[in-house]
Amino acid sequence: MAIKQLSVFAENKPGALVEITDVISESGIDMRALSVADTGDFGILRIIVSDTEKAEKILTEKGFVTKVTPVLAVKISDEPGALTKAIKLLYKESINVEYLYAFIASSKKNAYVVLRVADNEVAERILTENGFGTVTEDDIQNL
Amino acid sequence: MENRYFQPEFETMPEKDIKALQTKKLIRQVKHVYENVPYYRNLMDEKGVKPEDIKTLDDLRKLPFLSKADLREAYPYGLLAVPLSKCVRIQSTSGTTGKRVVAFYTQNDVDMWEDCCARAIVAAGGTKGDVCHVSYGYGLFTGGAGLHGGSHKVGCLTLPMSSGNTDRQVQFMMDLGSTILCCTPSYAEFIGETLKERGIKPDENKLKAGIFGAEPWTEEMRRDIESLLGIKAYDIYGLTEISGPGVAFECEEQRGMHINEDHFIAEVIDPDTGEPLPEGSRGELVFTSLDKEAFPLIRYRTRDICVLTRGKCTCGRTFVKMTKPLGRTDDMLIIRGVNVFPSQIEAVLINQGYSPNYQIEVDRVNNTDTLDVFVELSPEHFSDTIKDVERQEQSLQSAMKTMLGIVPKVHLVAPKTIERSEGKAVRVIDKRKLHD
Repeated sequence: MAIKQLSVFAENKPGALVEITDVISESGIDMRALSVADTGDFGILRIIVSDTEKAEKILTEKGFVTKVTPVLAVKISDEPGALTKAIKLLYKESINVEYLYAFIASSKKNAYVVLRVADNEVAERILTENGFGTVTEDDIQNL
Repeated sequence: MENRYFQPEFETMPEKDIKALQTKKLIRQVKHVYENVPYYRNLMDEKGVKPEDIKTLDDLRKLPFLSKADLREAYPYGLLAVPLSKCVRIQSTSGTTGKRVVAFYTQNDVDMWEDCCARAIVAAGGTKGDVCHVSYGYGLFTGGAGLHGGSHKVGCLTLPMSSGNTDRQVQFMMDLGSTILCCTPSYAEFIGETLKERGIKPDENKLKAGIFGAEPWTEEMRRDIESLLGIKAYDIYGLTEISGPGVAFECEEQRGMHINEDHFIAEVIDPDTGEPLPEGSRGELVFTSLDKEAFPLIRYRTRDICVLTRGKCTCGRTFVKMTKPLGRTDDMLIIRGVNVFPSQIEAVLINQGYSPNYQIEVDRVNNTDTLDVFVELSPEHFSDTIKDVERQEQSLQSAMKTMLGIVPKVHLVAPKTIERSEGKAVRVIDKRKLHD
């Protein structure tokens, strides 16, 4: 099942990221995963948080531009080649990975990879049929 | 000295004779326009003025003004005063919200315009023996066609280079021994820098003079260009609506541009009240074209702010002189020789579903004008992928290119980050220092 990712627009200037993370931490929301993509001009901060709706509401109120996108979070076992195997499975089915980033849940001692693909359902089916576990919104709350 | 003037009988005509000639032509022109241009006849009727009321130059103030808005409203044929079959040419300029201004020319109109450009070339020291290198853009823009025609009239060897392809410009300039360069001042500076980079010293080229216009430039730029190219740099002024470059031109004194008063009446008015101001006052420049047959504009408001002065000029010309435009009464910007209105950029944003929160930044980098447009991003245009956001920027860029004719660099910025002063957004930041 897909989980919600919150993307926030950040101008390429000093302090832009801190402004966003400050707002999130001040409202008592936990960040589970984070990645930044940037060009010379601007950046996009992508985060997985404990309460997406609340984070989106607060950031929008503060004047940030945000977008919620469903992404796939896949559990990756701690063995060599596990991530490669997952990506190869998608590649064979011509599923293009737009971007991905990894995070670790210390409580579970597990690694996870967030995948952005065009069709989450198809990608999830391929991965679960091949023994990969995916993360649900409930799991995110408890990580 | 020989060849000081192209048409000395007019260029050095005593002031009272010029006034008499202008009066005669004005009476004829008002009659021609009233009879053949219903658009202007209606304006005159509304003001209660008849052609018979125009007897002296002072009567000019009774006549209604024309503005760019009239030209847009009357587009394309509304101000045409002769049958199309008598026209041999159109030229065009960009206008607000993408609508162009189209001007028509009969063969006589083209001849008159080319004579004006020939006067400018001769005033810059041009003669039959010169090689005149025309690097203004050719096409709808009047720069290329005007100086090209003027160069023919003088009898120079004309190089129709058009703008761009600097390698070829430099090659022809050196191989064919160009002696007079005609282009925008920023392009002249660019060519000069290019020569310098290639180790070609100012005394190694054959250039002696340059005729530069179509965009604002400063005395400092003049000195730069003169030392880079080893020439004397002359200013030229004009506008497509009135004919094109050559409405006014600089002489050897290089202090102000002589207006071709046998063809045009220049007035300076108070832009708020429309009242004519005495010579020597700063105000909006207004032109009446006395000889144009196809597209004769009466009291056309240029929106350029300048000062007119009449006095003895060491060159011997008697025509009144205008300063370089000292500013504009509207918010028009001239970028790389192209007229740009902030409202055009606003129109693109609204068309593409953006809120019109934007800022335009104009600068001059390596002698080329740059145009950066900062646009506040809204949630519906945001995406989690860089690719999609960049696609939004490119889509705005190409729509603006279509509208303006030049390519801006669009930057999406966070909402409410564009500087506002007293609640009003600052729309234009012009970092070029164009007015001394």
